[in-house]
Amino acid sequence: MIELEGLTKRYGEKVAVNDLTCTVRPGIVTGFLGPNGAGKSTTMRMMLGLDRPSAGDVRIDGQHYDRLKDPLKCIGALLDAKAMHGGRSAFNHLLCLAQSNGIPRSRVHEVLDTVGLTAVAKKKAKGFSLGMGQRLGIAGALLGDPRILMFDEPVNGLDPEGIHWIRNLMKSLAAQGRTVFVSSHLMSEMALTADHLVVIGQGRLLADTSMADFIAQNSRSYVRVRTPQRERLLDVLHGAGITVVETGNGTLEVDGGKPERIGELAAQHQVVLHELSPQRASLEEAFMQLTAESVEYHAHTDAPPEQRWGDDWTRS
Amino acid sequence: MAATQVIRSEWTKIRSVASTVWTLSLAVVVTVALGMLISALSNNDFDHMSRNDRLSFDPTFISFAGMSLGQLAMIVFGVLVVSNEYSTGMIRTSLAAVPQRGVFLFSKIAVAGGLALAVGLATSFVTFFGGQAMLGSHRAAIGDSGVLRAVIGGGLYMTLIAVFSMGVATMLRSPMLSLGILMPFFFLISNILGNVSATKKVGRYLPDQAGSKIMRVVTPIDDDTPYGPWGGFAIMALWVVAALAGGYLLLKKRDA
Repeated sequence: MIELEGLTKRYGEKVAVNDLTCTVRPGIVTGFLGPNGAGKSTTMRMMLGLDRPSAGDVRIDGQHYDRLKDPLKCIGALLDAKAMHGGRSAFNHLLCLAQSNGIPRSRVHEVLDTVGLTAVAKKKAKGFSLGMGQRLGIAGALLGDPRILMFDEPVNGLDPEGIHWIRNLMKSLAAQGRTVFVSSHLMSEMALTADHLVVIGQGRLLADTSMADFIAQNSRSYVRVRTPQRERLLDVLHGAGITVVETGNGTLEVDGGKPERIGELAAQHQVVLHELSPQRASLEEAFMQLTAESVEYHAHTDAPPEQRWGDDWTRS
Repeated sequence: MAATQVIRSEWTKIRSVASTVWTLSLAVVVTVALGMLISALSNNDFDHMSRNDRLSFDPTFISFAGMSLGQLAMIVFGVLVVSNEYSTGMIRTSLAAVPQRGVFLFSKIAVAGGLALAVGLATSFVTFFGGQAMLGSHRAAIGDSGVLRAVIGGGLYMTLIAVFSMGVATMLRSPMLSLGILMPFFFLISNILGNVSATKKVGRYLPDQAGSKIMRVVTPIDDDTPYGPWGGFAIMALWVVAALAGGYLLLKKRDA
């Protein structure tokens, strides 16, 4: 369990993390979301005792990080895949970490095997691809068999197979009862992995909720209807007291309506339907809606605001 | 967190990168080869020297002449041991594994300093005997008064140069900046300050000027240096302590 209490980090005038309070619980994957520059990495560095908070507190299983005896046995972290000496072999990189925390040498072989790097264990890390570096970083996080795991943007640079692998890894770690905290700016990725979400924007906590609630609260659901008898259906629905939004391309969007009710009404009045489909906003849309005002780095283009923001965010 | 664990870890770190081997071997080769060369040249030149120079002739110190260049390799060793952590980003991984920053820094310095001491002492003995072999009839013997102290002192001097560089690199973090300051300082600036009469009084308190006194057996004529071999060594040690204290305080205070 990780507890943040009023965590704040200021760099001069600029507030990178602002009064963040939340608890990361064991047994589930908690996604840590926010647009670029929202303060995710700063928060994670403070969790590991690397950056000193300007105010507030972080506790790892009730203790301050620098009070942990052999911290790698308690919390393992992947911060940056390139945070290693490129001239050192993968094996020696892990060995020096293991020795500093009194972890046996045999465990190094085990984690190399887990991440699939046994064949290149004696190779220097600078020859590794981004994906291999990422795997080595994950091996380092797993080294002490810790009860808490933290991954900062773990899928960066991984190929689809690697992404699939890490997704399953995180889920299985959580299923073993461990605390798994993973940051990403990739919504679609989070939607497939996380059970719980902590969302920040400009350093402030925007949401701390389950994935399902987050989508339900922050997005709109509606039923999309297409019909050749548009005027007639509008009259029927109006008559039944249902609000309809007309969109430009000939489809109708019925807010809060049940598809069964609309279908029954149409049948009753003999209106032909070409489409009747319930629509649920994706996590991506929900996230964009929530953080629309707290995006720090806007891209300035002539595209409409929501579109512009989303583009910026998925590509980066 | 036991310090012995961290020391083992730092030993693995230092033995598993190529820069350790090439900086230390360069220090040995340059110091020994240049020392022997200058000893041979001095031997040939002895008969043409002035009376004062002959009276001040210090065969032990002459065999250490290669250290002026060899110490630069020791500086590179000391700087890289520390600043590699920063330039590669390894520092974050290291400090996450060992959050007690004092334990981290001083374990690293104990390991690197110990290695520098072993290499420095070996270099000093080899360069002494190699140099004396070139000096023919002008040579000194290891049993002569003050000679053993000077030879061990040569190893200690190389160690302190390396440890001082580690302290400076901890403060500055960047390898380029650290080397850019230390190399010209020890190769040029300190020598100039120590030999120009106007700045000599200040220059002789610089770490290398004071520390190298321990490698002298014969005091030059007209020498008015206010400290002896161990006094000079103590001055150098104070510089090293100051550099380490500065490095430690900054490391403790800074965000990694």
